[in-house]
Amino acid sequence: MSAVQQGPAVERGGRPARYTAGGGVVLVAALAYLPYLVDTGVTQAMVVFFYLAAMALMWNLLAGYAGLVSVGQQAYVGLGAYAVLQFSNWGVAPFLGVWLAALACAVIALPTSFAAFRLRADYFAVGTWAIAEVYHLLVIQDSSLGGGSGSALTTLSGIDPVLRDAETYWTALAVAAVCVLGCFLLLRGRVGLALTAIRDDETAAGSAGVRVGPAKRTVYLAAAAGCGAAGGVVIVSQLNVAPDSAFSVQWSASMIFIVLLGGIGTLEGPLLGAALFTVVQQYFGADGAWYLIVLGAACVPVAVWLPRGLWGVVARATPLRVFPLARRVRAASPTAAGPGR
Amino acid sequence: MIWVDAVLQGVLVGGLYALFACGLSLMFGVMRIVNLAHGDFAVLAAFLAYSLISASGVNLLYAALLTVPVFAGFGYLVQRGLLNRAISSGPLPPLLATFGLSVVIQNSLLQGYTADSRALDPGRIGTASLRLSGQISLSYLELLILGLAVLVLGGLELYLRRNRTGRMLRAAADDRDAASLVGGDPRHLYGVATAIAFGTLALAGLLFAARSSVAPSSGPSELLFGFEAVVIGGLGSLWGTLLGGIALGIAQNVAGQADPAYTLLAGHLLFLLVLILRPEGLLPRRSVTA
Amino acid sequence: MSALLEVRGLSVRRGQLLALRDLSLAVEAGRVVAVIGANGAGKSTLLEAVAGLLRPERGGVVLDGTEVTALPAHRRLRLGIALVPEGRRLFPSLSVRENLLTGQYRRRPGPWDLPAVYALFPWMADRAAQRASALSGGEQQAVALGRALLANPRVLLLDELSLGLAPAVVATVYRTLPQVVAQGTGVLLVEQDVSLALRRADEVHCLLEGRVELSGSPADLSARQIETAYFGIRRESA
Repeated sequence: MSAVQQGPAVERGGRPARYTAGGGVVLVAALAYLPYLVDTGVTQAMVVFFYLAAMALMWNLLAGYAGLVSVGQQAYVGLGAYAVLQFSNWGVAPFLGVWLAALACAVIALPTSFAAFRLRADYFAVGTWAIAEVYHLLVIQDSSLGGGSGSALTTLSGIDPVLRDAETYWTALAVAAVCVLGCFLLLRGRVGLALTAIRDDETAAGSAGVRVGPAKRTVYLAAAAGCGAAGGVVIVSQLNVAPDSAFSVQWSASMIFIVLLGGIGTLEGPLLGAALFTVVQQYFGADGAWYLIVLGAACVPVAVWLPRGLWGVVARATPLRVFPLARRVRAASPTAAGPGR
Repeated sequence: MIWVDAVLQGVLVGGLYALFACGLSLMFGVMRIVNLAHGDFAVLAAFLAYSLISASGVNLLYAALLTVPVFAGFGYLVQRGLLNRAISSGPLPPLLATFGLSVVIQNSLLQGYTADSRALDPGRIGTASLRLSGQISLSYLELLILGLAVLVLGGLELYLRRNRTGRMLRAAADDRDAASLVGGDPRHLYGVATAIAFGTLALAGLLFAARSSVAPSSGPSELLFGFEAVVIGGLGSLWGTLLGGIALGIAQNVAGQADPAYTLLAGHLLFLLVLILRPEGLLPRRSVTA
Repeated sequence: MSALLEVRGLSVRRGQLLALRDLSLAVEAGRVVAVIGANGAGKSTLLEAVAGLLRPERGGVVLDGTEVTALPAHRRLRLGIALVPEGRRLFPSLSVRENLLTGQYRRRPGPWDLPAVYALFPWMADRAAQRASALSGGEQQAVALGRALLANPRVLLLDELSLGLAPAVVATVYRTLPQVVAQGTGVLLVEQDVSLALRRADEVHCLLEGRVELSGSPADLSARQIETAYFGIRRESA
């Protein structure tokens, strides 16, 4: 083999990353202008898309990158919603409360993670669910938050509905955009590299000096914050909250469905899945049980025949990538000989 | 005395939790599948038995004798036709597939039976009870359920230890490829494990409906109780699962005695406490591994 | 005369790599055939493909005239191909006796039963109730061999029996081979310890990069020939 003068270069980003950043800014600006163009029916549907996309991105971060398959993310959706209510009772404006709710969820997630991380692999899933139930039952105990029947977010009811809808829309857009950006930055950084190593082989990554615990905990806290903000958007858009629906396992179910349908382990997949899910929900959601039966039945063939999701199909067929996350190794010298084995 | 009564009632319901949970434990132990539809299948069994009883007028015993083997066969087919395919692409597809089944079952029951809860009539045994003292009496039905749970768990333990197919289930849980090298067809063995899981969950579903009632939406909370029983007891140990179910039942009943609002919370908190203080469970694994 | 086991032009891919290239060999009843070669020469791949754990890209495996190439491992065992895998692969949560009994799950009729294995390894009867994971490496290897024998195989595949074991232990395990072969079983073994393979085998194949580089009976092969084939030293550069 010829002597290598320079080490191989690891590269990524470059032009595609700048395109993504530029395209993202333009897209967000265009979306922000939307309330001036379309009626509230459309913006309300977009709000649903934004909070579902945010939740799905967070679940994808957990399951697709950190290997943490949670069925308990509704804990943070519910806590986020109730945090907005609590802050509002203390006099904080709900649109600001959404961001504080994210912070509060991250703070609550820190001690929670120490309990949840005692469970490995699949049992983590149902363990997080039990934890979510604990938060659910604790919130019901608090009569100042409406107890078992829930409460209305009265501070927003005085505002002009058109303005309120627009502000809700902008908040939802901002939450979704921050989630996308947050995922992107997290995955491009040191944590993302650690997660890739962990995903390949946790033990080997640990012995190679990757700090496995902190990387996973960072993701767990980030996902809690993201789902908390999404939960805050839910209460702001619905103007009331009830414990049984805020802490419903259906939230996790929707996240799982969206991510696996769209394509796990990518950033494009959850966005694609959330868009599809929102459209289907807008058109067929009124059919209640039948809609859910069809949706549930759709999970089964997707699970069996499309394990990489719809984005997996797109990615196989085209070179299209929205987010430049992959690292490429470019050999500095002429390519070395073939594999030795 | 009311506290003694609460503990005894907890022991009785704990047996049922364990009966329900053993299939969950078996499927996880052998195939690493968390069956998110476990509770919903149990509810489905109860509703089918309900229809059978109201259509033909047979009693609960005969309905159970029919439902349990039918569900076992159904479980085998679900595994062979669906889950075996899903496992081959990793741990997430089975989770999604069973989640999809859960949604389908819940909403189909909602369509077919409305959201009301139904109870199965256990007959005369349902009202008779064994009076131990002025304040403590044990319902014969609940004693029967506990006895049945112990019997099934004991039988399953014996099957896994002494029967050649049972032994192969444990072998496949340890090492799937090595099991195929001694002639075990993993797809068939997995089917057998799921058949056992479905048979036991059907029995548990019928007993849940006989002792209180079930609604189309009860599946997920039953799943959670079953799961907690498994973890409290220690993954992979059937007697541990029984102990875990009983501990869960006692925690719920004693806390419920203090204030009904704490019933469920106490169970979840016990689960989390065990998780933090003793993650290997009360009785660490002996047979089917985890 | 057709052999008991025939490997015909087998090519097996492992990921990107073609681990076996058009490999052919035969094992006759009552004979010990050894495959030697450096790490990564394709030895274990060969045994896994014969046992049915890997599917070949081309070529086939024939057992006593029956084509078994399309059959999975558990079906091949029932026809009489048993593998003692590399690293032994005992069932760690099962006892010694239970591990042996799994070998009987789909056994064929034949001379090997639990008493016969206990006669071969007398210590096993005393430690039957112990967990397999509590045994030493050599003891585990013996249990793995016993487990395979209980299926009464017509062809026994042995993958690196000596790996990680003390020479005395290896000798004990290998000393049982004549008794196995005496029953008419054909043995195909893979061994890193070349001198051991040469002492125990009736026929040796040396593998290099997935191909048979050299074949013959140990008596006919010179040390120089084997060294050349083993390390792939080309004549012109030697």
